[in-house]
Amino acid sequence: MIKENLVKDVVKEPYKYGFVTDIETEKIAKGLNEDIIRLISQKKEEPKYLLDFRLKAFKKWQKMKEPDWAGLGYKQIDYQDIIYYSAPKQKEKISSLDEVDPKLLETFDKLGIPLTEQKKLTNVAVDAVFDSVSIATTFREELAEHGVIFCSISEAVKNHSDLIEKYLGTVVPASDNYFAALNSAVFSDGSFVYIPKGVTCPMDLSSYFRINSGDSGQFERTLIIAEESSSVSYLEGCTAPMFDTNTLHAAVVELIALDDASIKYSTVQNWYAGDEEGIGGIFNFVTKRGKCLGKRSKISWSQVETGSAITWKYPSCLLLGEESVGEFYSVALTNNLQQADTGTKMIHIGPKTKSTIVSKGISAGNSKNSYRGLVKMGTKATGSRNYSQCDSMLIGDQASANTFPYIKSQQPNSEIEHEASTCRISEDQLFYLQSRGIEFEEAVSMMVSGFCRDVFNQLPMEFAAEADKLLALKLEGSVG
Amino acid sequence: MQSKMKESDPILEVENLSASTDNLPILKGVSLTVYPGEIHAIMGRNGCGKSTLSKIIAGHPSYNITNGDIKFLGENINSLEPEERSQSGIFLGFQYPIEIPGVSNLEFLRVSTNARRKFLNKEELDTFDFEELVKEKLEIVKMDHAFLSRSVNQGFSGGEKKRNEILQMALLEPKIAILDETDSGLDIDALRIVASGIKKISNAQTGIILITHYQRLLDEIKPNYVHVMSDGQIIKTGESDLALELEEKGYEWTDNFIKET
Repeated sequence: MIKENLVKDVVKEPYKYGFVTDIETEKIAKGLNEDIIRLISQKKEEPKYLLDFRLKAFKKWQKMKEPDWAGLGYKQIDYQDIIYYSAPKQKEKISSLDEVDPKLLETFDKLGIPLTEQKKLTNVAVDAVFDSVSIATTFREELAEHGVIFCSISEAVKNHSDLIEKYLGTVVPASDNYFAALNSAVFSDGSFVYIPKGVTCPMDLSSYFRINSGDSGQFERTLIIAEESSSVSYLEGCTAPMFDTNTLHAAVVELIALDDASIKYSTVQNWYAGDEEGIGGIFNFVTKRGKCLGKRSKISWSQVETGSAITWKYPSCLLLGEESVGEFYSVALTNNLQQADTGTKMIHIGPKTKSTIVSKGISAGNSKNSYRGLVKMGTKATGSRNYSQCDSMLIGDQASANTFPYIKSQQPNSEIEHEASTCRISEDQLFYLQSRGIEFEEAVSMMVSGFCRDVFNQLPMEFAAEADKLLALKLEGSVG
Repeated sequence: MQSKMKESDPILEVENLSASTDNLPILKGVSLTVYPGEIHAIMGRNGCGKSTLSKIIAGHPSYNITNGDIKFLGENINSLEPEERSQSGIFLGFQYPIEIPGVSNLEFLRVSTNARRKFLNKEELDTFDFEELVKEKLEIVKMDHAFLSRSVNQGFSGGEKKRNEILQMALLEPKIAILDETDSGLDIDALRIVASGIKKISNAQTGIILITHYQRLLDEIKPNYVHVMSDGQIIKTGESDLALELEEKGYEWTDNFIKET
């Protein structure tokens, strides 16, 4: 008989990346204390300033309270029940990819990120991070010819210590927030990018984060520095196996753009989201921030957030340099019992700074999807402008969408513009498309990608196609 | 109803169809048979069930068939999904074509056309080949190419929306087209364009049902049969002059038929 066309059922499509790699790992004991931090630092053979940085952050973290202002509902995290360092066992020193455990290479192959010389992606350099360590980085020599440094942050600590010491924690201070402090104390690996003066990075750079172990958290740290008149496009992807427990992912990303430099940072986040009943999934508590330090510098965030049980993430821009530009383009899709609280902060400090925010939230199932953003015009931000557009789409009648825009202006000679809308996919729209021969699910995904078009247009080409497919996949079966 | 012997099999047979929405009966036993090459007009007051009949034939999920059958090319289609009906050759031209923000008209038309072509075992068209096809069809409704790059029906005027419907009909080449008040909201020029478009698309193998209030469309497209609907039933069927009589006497005149039956 007639189908109940309410888009309220659950995603039946299995999560494609939910497998676990069976590999011997080196794990340290559960729990968090000064000794654990010393142990992590020692394993990574870090200089003293970094151990001090960690210990200081830990002291601060101990005095901080887990934030609850986002109104997210989850079982309290037992920070003593987490393993803070987990790495696949491999040879002490790896000099080439041939020495990487084939199981690891196979894992990344399966994720669509081939790393070996023969199979590697041709147009993008990849840093592959598995649990707490970076496994491999491709195209290093080619990049080095241009003076571009692209390596794991652990390596950067060893080989480019001056840059780490100069910039680490300057954008997101250790005491910034609870999860940033935790990350600063225990971060294990992540990517490091340095683009020298005047260089346009010859290819896209990309990090792929894979959580494999169920009882360890992932605390990666990424630092990107773009010197004067340089530019880079950086992509980030992430997946995790399906466990019925929650895994904590608390990352910190810092971007620094000097005069006339530009950084484009794109994320497709597809961490395991938990099952239909909300069992399992990643807690994605991430601090991402860019500092437009130089004149006419530009930092552009684009993100497609589809995974994680909970997402708590506000990629932000500090606009210090005169005429610097900050952008935030976001699509957040939640289904089942997922919760997403995401948005941005655009802090206009310098004069004639400009920011654009385009946020598209799609909530299906029983999920909760909020945009939370701050636009601030400081006293010196004369002639600065912001434009924000926040749209929400509801699918079914059990999902919720919220928008929390905070606007603070201390500069009368500046402009802030905010537009918001909420819509629902109507039965009549669906019927219209269906009556033209378009299958119900395709009709839904056509409308969803239509809704997201402004943001998809900002993504690097191959990423945009990927994002489109991913959204369709996430919504597949979300129809009765 | 049509007692004449027909040479071919009917395209559409609606047999004693009753339907309701939210337990409210809307159709109360409608029968209608359309043979290839025929044009049927359905007239009647607002709320008599004309639009509902067209939506039920197209498979709208809000209505429940409580009795009777709909047969298309001899097969019962009561339980087919709307997309299956469309793919197999049933076309509904909407009274109020809906806006779909963000979805490009061109892409929508292409996906739709390919769904029908797939059903017909024809090769699906890529963007380039489709552009060629659509260019040709745009001529029929005298639409500008610029319409294709806009979102589906978004910001279209009433007349543009209706022309976009006929463009879809031209692309899908249906076996039967039910056009629900396609003439409403059109000025005289637009009406002529739409009417001549419909005539160009239809042929001796296709059937057309025109739902309308006005004679002026029927002046352009002369129907073989005119049905008058009232309170969920067809209360009178005649030939094209019935429409003229109706125009002259108004619907009040038809109220007497109910008493007769």
